[in-house]
Order: sequence, then structure tokens, then C-alpha cells
Amino acid sequence: MNDIIALIFIVVGIAFDLFGSIGLVRMPDVYNRLQASTKCVTLGTCGILFGVFVKFGFSAAGVKALLCILFLLLTAPVSAHALARGAHKSGVKLWEKSVCDKYLEDEAGNKQ
Amino acid sequence: MRSRLITFIISLALWLLLSFSLDWPHLLVGVSVALFVALSMGDMFTDSPHKWFSLRRYWWFIVFVAVFTWECLKANIDVAIRVLHPKLPINPGIVKIKTTLKSETGKTFLANFITLTPGTLSVDIGDEDNCLYVHWIDVKTQDPDAAYKIIALRFERILKEVFE
Repeated sequence: MNDIIALIFIVVGIAFDLFGSIGLVRMPDVYNRLQASTKCVTLGTCGILFGVFVKFGFSAAGVKALLCILFLLLTAPVSAHALARGAHKSGVKLWEKSVCDKYLEDEAGNKQ
Repeated sequence: MRSRLITFIISLALWLLLSFSLDWPHLLVGVSVALFVALSMGDMFTDSPHKWFSLRRYWWFIVFVAVFTWECLKANIDVAIRVLHPKLPINPGIVKIKTTLKSETGKTFLANFITLTPGTLSVDIGDEDNCLYVHWIDVKTQDPDAAYKIIALRFERILKEVFE
């Protein structure tokens, strides 16, 4: 029974990882790609790690998997944030059909 | 001092969980490294140690984790649908939202939370008047206050209980 639950978590995790990768290819610009990749890949990888935890329970491997989930949840959004901010600061444009860019407007306003 | 004590306990607990054994060599290494970490940079870890001693905050943190997990699942299904949809239904843009959170940790968690919830990705924290710049995959409004109501209001109440 445990094995089946673990397998379900791992399969769902891999599926979300796959969606994230598809998003990485299909989305039009850096920011949208970050959206797809951070969300799906974070949950997908957490799903795989949680499956490992279900399989091994509270043993050395299982607890390490849980800790990995914790670190992943803390670091993945920060790295996405850093990438988005870095891309914007170095002048990567938004997709041409984007609606608005308040960040650029405010930065231009600050420079004047 | 209390900040160092908290750092010591957390780093020792993390080490013991990672090594997952309670024999003497592991304990000795863990205690000495945790002591080194606590003494060298313990006072950077938290600037308001008294917050760590109120149990109410831990209860709200558990609520936060539950809400977070649910929102994270919704976010993923939402993005998966957008990615797999043949027409790619996106309407992206960067909007500005205001936040009423004051503490740095609270703002950090709000930014992380925004990144992991449906369709939004925090790009930067503004210098003045507590605003966040958020990349929104499906822009519904460009007004800071209205956007704040849609994106951040749900979580800010919980985060306030935990961090303020």
C-alpha cells in the first residue's frame, strides 16, 4: 500500500516536472518561462521527494527528503526572484503583447 | 544572546536530522559546528528573538503551511492548463502592489508566497512605501490597491500573525 502511494506521488511529481519543461519551451519571454518553471518544477520535485519520504518513512533517507523539500521551498522562489530581477535590470524586454510594465515606468521615473 | 541560542538550536537540530544518528562522534561534530555558527553569525539570524517564544505564532505558521500547500497545488494546475492549452491563454505584465507588512522576514515570505501562487511572480521589492513589483501572467487590473486585494490580501492576515 505504501509503495502504491509513494508511486502515485512520484508519478504526479514527474508529470508536473514535464509540464514545467513544456512551459519552458512554449512560453514567449523570460518572465513567463520563469512562471512555468518555478511553479511546476518546485511542486514536481517536492512531489518526487515526498514520494521518497512515504516509501522510506522516518529513516535516514526519508527525513533527508523532507529536509530537501524545506530547502527547495525556501530557495526556489528566491532564485526565481533573483533571475527575474536580474533579467529586468539588464534590459530584457517583456513579450510584445504584454499589458503593462509598471516596474520599468517607475525605474524611468526614478532616474529623471 | 537569545538570537545566538536560537541559531544554535536550529543548526544543531538540522544537523542531527541530516545525519540521523545520535552517537557520540555525530553529536560532538554537530555541537562544535553549531557553536561556531552561533558565535560567528548568530546575531544576524533574527533581529527580534522574543517572537520565537510565543506559541501562537507557531499555530499560525501551521495554518500558513496548510494554506500554502493548497494554493501551491492550485497554482500548479493553473499553470499546467495554460502551458498545455493550444492557444496559450496568457495576458502578462508587471504590476505594482502595496503591502502593509513591516518586518523584513514577513515581506520575504510574502514575496516567496506570491511567486508560488497562481500566475504571479515577484520581481522586486520597491524601496519606498512598501510596494512589490509582481509579474502577473493574466493581468486583471493595473491599480495597485485592487491588485493587492486580489493577490496578497488573503495571505497577509496570516503572515501578520506569524511575523509581526
